[in-house]
Amino acid sequence: MTVTPPSSPSSSSSPSSRERILARIRAAVAEADDAPAPTRDYLVSHIPDDPAAALDLLHRNLTDYRATVHRITAAGLPRLIADVLEKHGARSVAVPDGLPREWLGATDAEARGDEGPLSARELAATDAVISGCALAIAETGTIVLDAGEGQGRRALTLVPDLHVCVVRAPGQIVASVPLALPRIDPTRPLTWISGPSATSDIELDRVEGVHGPRKLEVVLLLAG
Amino acid sequence: MSRTHLGMPSFPPFPEAAGAAVHNATLRANLRHATHTIRDRRAVAVAELADWDRLREAGRQIKDHTLRHLDRYLEQLESAVTAAGGTVHWAADADDANRIVADLVKATGEREVVKVKSMATQEIGLNEALAAEGVSVYETDLAELIVQLGDDRPSHILVPAIHRNRGEIRDIFRAEMGNWGRAARDGLTDDPADLAEAARLHLREKFLRARVAVSGANFMVAETGTLIVFESEGNGRMCLTLPETLISVVGIEKTVPTWRDLEVFLQTLPRSSTAERMNPYTSMWTGTTDGDGPRAFHLVLLDNGRTEVLADATGRQALRCIRCSACLNVCPVYERAGGHAYGSVYPGPIGAILTPQLRGIQSEIDASLPYASTLCGACYEVCPVAIDIPEVLLHLREGVAAQGGKGHRMEKAAITAAGWVLNRPGALAAGEKLLTATRALHPKSPPGAGAWTGGRELPELPARSFRDWWRRNRR
Repeated sequence: MTVTPPSSPSSSSSPSSRERILARIRAAVAEADDAPAPTRDYLVSHIPDDPAAALDLLHRNLTDYRATVHRITAAGLPRLIADVLEKHGARSVAVPDGLPREWLGATDAEARGDEGPLSARELAATDAVISGCALAIAETGTIVLDAGEGQGRRALTLVPDLHVCVVRAPGQIVASVPLALPRIDPTRPLTWISGPSATSDIELDRVEGVHGPRKLEVVLLLAG
Repeated sequence: MSRTHLGMPSFPPFPEAAGAAVHNATLRANLRHATHTIRDRRAVAVAELADWDRLREAGRQIKDHTLRHLDRYLEQLESAVTAAGGTVHWAADADDANRIVADLVKATGEREVVKVKSMATQEIGLNEALAAEGVSVYETDLAELIVQLGDDRPSHILVPAIHRNRGEIRDIFRAEMGNWGRAARDGLTDDPADLAEAARLHLREKFLRARVAVSGANFMVAETGTLIVFESEGNGRMCLTLPETLISVVGIEKTVPTWRDLEVFLQTLPRSSTAERMNPYTSMWTGTTDGDGPRAFHLVLLDNGRTEVLADATGRQALRCIRCSACLNVCPVYERAGGHAYGSVYPGPIGAILTPQLRGIQSEIDASLPYASTLCGACYEVCPVAIDIPEVLLHLREGVAAQGGKGHRMEKAAITAAGWVLNRPGALAAGEKLLTATRALHPKSPPGAGAWTGGRELPELPARSFRDWWRRNRR
C-alpha cells in the first residue's frame, strides 16, 4: 500500500491552473463595490447567563434529539457507567488514553485500551466507548470532541455502537455557538455531536441510527 | 472558453420535463409530503432564534466580503492547509479536477473509494470519471446510496432521493444491494428504521476496508485551513476518519475568512437545511493529525465556471449559496415539477439561477431555467444568505431575451405593433369598434403555440369600449 505523503509535491496540479483561477477572480471583482466585513449585531447567546439554566437547556435539547441523559456526582459515576453498559448488554468497552480509570471501577465489562492502537475492525467488535468531551453547547444540544485527554482518536467514539459521554457541569457547558468557538482549538480534529446518528433521507422523516453510534448516553457530571 | 460541465448529459427544456413530471402522481405525492414536512419544521426551528434576520444579514455580509477578496482568502487558505500537512491542488474545470483526483487515487494503488455526499463532485461527474479509470466509487450517504443503487439521478440538494418513497426504496435495496456488496436481508420491510439498518450493514464492510475517501466540504476557513462537513448519519465521519488518504473537492466559493465566521453558519445552516438546532454530526479537520485520521490529505479547489459567475454583478450573489436547500422546499414549482426537470445536479430555485450561470444559456434547457419560476419570492424569504433569486431570474431572462429565439421574436413584433396603434387614437378607436362588433367570434385563448399563450386565457371583451361608453355617459 502506497500512501502519498502529505509533503510530496503535487504532481497533478499545474501551477497554471492556480494562476489562471486567481487571475480570473481578480478580473471578475476588479469593478465590484466594496464589501465590508460583517457587522455582527446578532446575539452572543439566546439564554440568560445562568449555569443552571444552561444545564437544564442542554439536558432538554439532548433528550429532544434522542440522547439519554443522566445527572450524577463523581461518587456515583462508576456505578452509573456500569449500569448503562449493562443496560445495553455491552461486554467490551473502548477506553481512550487519559480517561480517569476510576470511572470504570464498578463495571466488569472488558476495558480495551487504545495503546495498540485498536484497529477499525477491533473497534467494530467492541460494544461501547466511554469518553469525556471538550465542551457542550446548551442551545443546540451539542457535544464537542477535540480528541484531547479522555476522548481519544476520532475513530474510537465513532465505530462502537454505544457512546457514553461524560460532560463536566458547569465547567464544560457553554450557552451558545458564539460562546463555544473561542474555547475550541481549530487545529485539533473536531467532532460536533448532537444526538445519536440519524437520517432524514427517507421522506424527510428523522430516523435515529445509521452509521455512527446508534445509542448516545450523556452523563452530566455535577460538582459536589 | 469552453462552458462548464455539470455532470449531466443533455436534457429536454424545463417546460417539457416538468409537463411530464406533473402527471406522475407518485412523484407529486412524494414531493408534496416531503417538502411540506420540512417546510413547517424549518419555520419552527428558525422562529427559535430572535436574531434570525441579523444572522441572515451577517451571513450575507461574510459571503459578499469573501467573494470580493476571494483571491486573497484562497491564497491564505492554501498556506494554512499546506502548513497543517495537506496538499492543495487547483482545478480550473471539471476535467482538470477529475484528472487530479483520478491520479491521486491511482497513486495510492487502490481501486475503491468511499464517498461522502458532495454537490461539487456530482457537478463534475467524478464518479463516472473514476469509473472510466477502473475505480469503484461507493456513495455512503443513504440518499446517494438509494440513487446509486437505483441507477437514478439526484433530485434534491439535501435529500437526493426525495422523489422516492419508502416502498420504492425497499424495492431498490432488495433488488440491488446484493450486486454491490452485502445483500439486504430477506423480509426487509419499508419501515425507515429497517431501511436505515440495511444501509448500515451494507456499508459497514466498505468503511472498515476503505483506504481512500473522497469528500466535499461545506466551509473552508482561510485563516486556519480548517474544512467542515455537516452531516447526519455518520457516514461522513467514517469516510473522514478511517481511510488513510482523504481527497476533498471543494468549490472556491466555500471559503470563509475566519474561524469566528462559523458562528453564523453553524446556527443558520442546520436550521435552514434539516430544520434542526444542530445536525447530528459536524466534522472539522485541519490538514492531518498524527495518529488520528488520514495520513494524507488533498484539497482540490474547484473553479468550473464559478469565476464567470463572480464576474456578473447581479448574478454573483448565487455564489453565497451554502446549499441548504430551503429554497427547494418552499418552491411551488419545485414541489410540482420535481428535481429532475431542472436537468442539473442543482435543482429548484437556486438551480434555476446557478445552472444557467455555470453552464451558460446556449442550450434549450439552460435558456428555459430562468423561467422555471412564478417569481413568488418564497425562495428569497427563506434563504439564509439572502440571495435575491427572483432578481437574478429576471436578470437572466434579460440575457435569454437578448439572445433572441422564436418566442422572443413574436413578443417583440407584438409590442412594436401595440406601440404603433396606441400612438394613433384613430386607429385605436377603429380597432376597438371592430373587436366589439366581432365578440362572438373571438377564441378563448390567444393565438400562437408558445408556452406563454398556452397558459393564458383571453379576457372577455365588453359589449362596447370604454371610450364609447365615456362618450355616451359623461354628462
